[in-house]
Amino acid sequence: MAGLLTSVICGIIGTFVVVNRIAFLAGGIAHAAYGGIGIAFFFGLPYIVGTLGFTLFAALIMAAVTLKARDRADTFIGVLWAGGMALGILLLDLTPGYNVDLMSYLFGSILAVPKSDLWQMLVMCLSVGLIVIFFYNDFLAMSYDEEFAQLRGVPVKGLYFLLIGMIALSIVMIIRVVGLILVIALLTIPPYIAEKYARSLRMMILISTLLCCMFTIVGLWLSYIFNLTSGSTIIMVAVAAFFISFLVQYLQSRCLYSKAIGN
Amino acid sequence: MDKPVIDIKNLWFSFDGEQVLQDVNFTLYHKEFLAMIGPNGGGKTTLLKLMLGLFEADRGEIRVFGRPPKQVAHRIGYVPQDIHINKNFPISVLDVVLMGRLRSGISRSHYKKDDRITAQAALGKVEMEQFKNRHIDELSGGQRQRVFIARALVTEPEILILDEPTASVDAKGQAEIYTILKDLNEKVTILVVSHDLLALSSYIKSVACVNRRVHFHGAAEVTEEMLEMAYQCPVELIAHGLPHRVLRAHNGD
Repeated sequence: MAGLLTSVICGIIGTFVVVNRIAFLAGGIAHAAYGGIGIAFFFGLPYIVGTLGFTLFAALIMAAVTLKARDRADTFIGVLWAGGMALGILLLDLTPGYNVDLMSYLFGSILAVPKSDLWQMLVMCLSVGLIVIFFYNDFLAMSYDEEFAQLRGVPVKGLYFLLIGMIALSIVMIIRVVGLILVIALLTIPPYIAEKYARSLRMMILISTLLCCMFTIVGLWLSYIFNLTSGSTIIMVAVAAFFISFLVQYLQSRCLYSKAIGN
Repeated sequence: MDKPVIDIKNLWFSFDGEQVLQDVNFTLYHKEFLAMIGPNGGGKTTLLKLMLGLFEADRGEIRVFGRPPKQVAHRIGYVPQDIHINKNFPISVLDVVLMGRLRSGISRSHYKKDDRITAQAALGKVEMEQFKNRHIDELSGGQRQRVFIARALVTEPEILILDEPTASVDAKGQAEIYTILKDLNEKVTILVVSHDLLALSSYIKSVACVNRRVHFHGAAEVTEEMLEMAYQCPVELIAHGLPHRVLRAHNGD
């Protein structure tokens, strides 16, 4: 169930990350999120509050920097990426007691997601879905041609921050499932594959979600049979699919090319 | 041709410490067909963006329809250059044109039925209707450019601003685009940024030379000097017939 919800979120959010070409920013948010995890444990806050609070904070700084000082943005993201991660690790070091959960946040534990979290994920999934449906044409315009969207009165700055906020929220949720290290892979690989086959953003979201589901199911099945870490297996399935699709496209274009020369 | 639609006074604009536009004074009148020429980096695109309200001037004043540009940007149709758009983006031709139907207000994000009809009509006008469901990356540069023009048309603009609309278009395509523009000029003021002086000169009514400053010439004339400014090297004039009108030289350039 957690896997299904994760797939839907990844499909939607991942599509926007990929078409807006902000994978690096998403990576920065993901690693900064670890700082939030550390804060949550150190201060004894519930996972969502602690992690989300810090992650949103970091994400909004990153969003602001990419808007105001584009050429400095990569540096800032890199700094928050490393700093957030380091902060998290240090706070976990300082937290009294033995923390089994440390590993599960790095590598994910899809099978150990508590029921209460499932409800939270469902709510989040629905909110993200509703926001995207309501603002669909605005997001589409903003992602395709931000300047033109601005001229038509689309509040591009506000929507950008909203998008980044949704990304932060989604990442915090997904870390539970596939772990921090691999969040980015799940957010970007299915959309990258889907982009080539989709004719509209809606299609891309749908295809990404389905692919994500497939990877999750196959990955879980394989990890069960071979007794491997579930998160990592899922990612390997995704990576394999990526290379296969890349190969297929390459061969297709070679085929077309040689047909063209042949004539 | 009497009412000013864009009025610029004493405009200064710099970017990253560099003075891009200096003391620009310029008026665009209703139903004008203006060509903006000048060397790369001379400030043409910047001036366009200032008119659209995408940039803000350091000093001086711009008024479009008597108001600050940001307030009236939706009354201007904008056709940008093709370069910065992501070609792999999953979007159909019709959806690109529909973007022009976005408007301010609560109902903004949802298209109505007649939005689609308007979009299809605009595609018809640029002769791209049969491509309406094609993926945008299946089109050639010239075809994409026509789709962008259609997108600007559905905004029902009073001014149409085009930034190098013939940059990736072949000669036949160029002629077609300018025929469409000439038709539109019956009702709409048109401003084109272009390097293609020879293609333009039979349709345009006036010329502005932009190179940090702006010099306005009230009639469509092509001179060696203007060609040199556009191509930045002494160019042999090749033309059908002889250019027989001469513009005053710019003072102090």
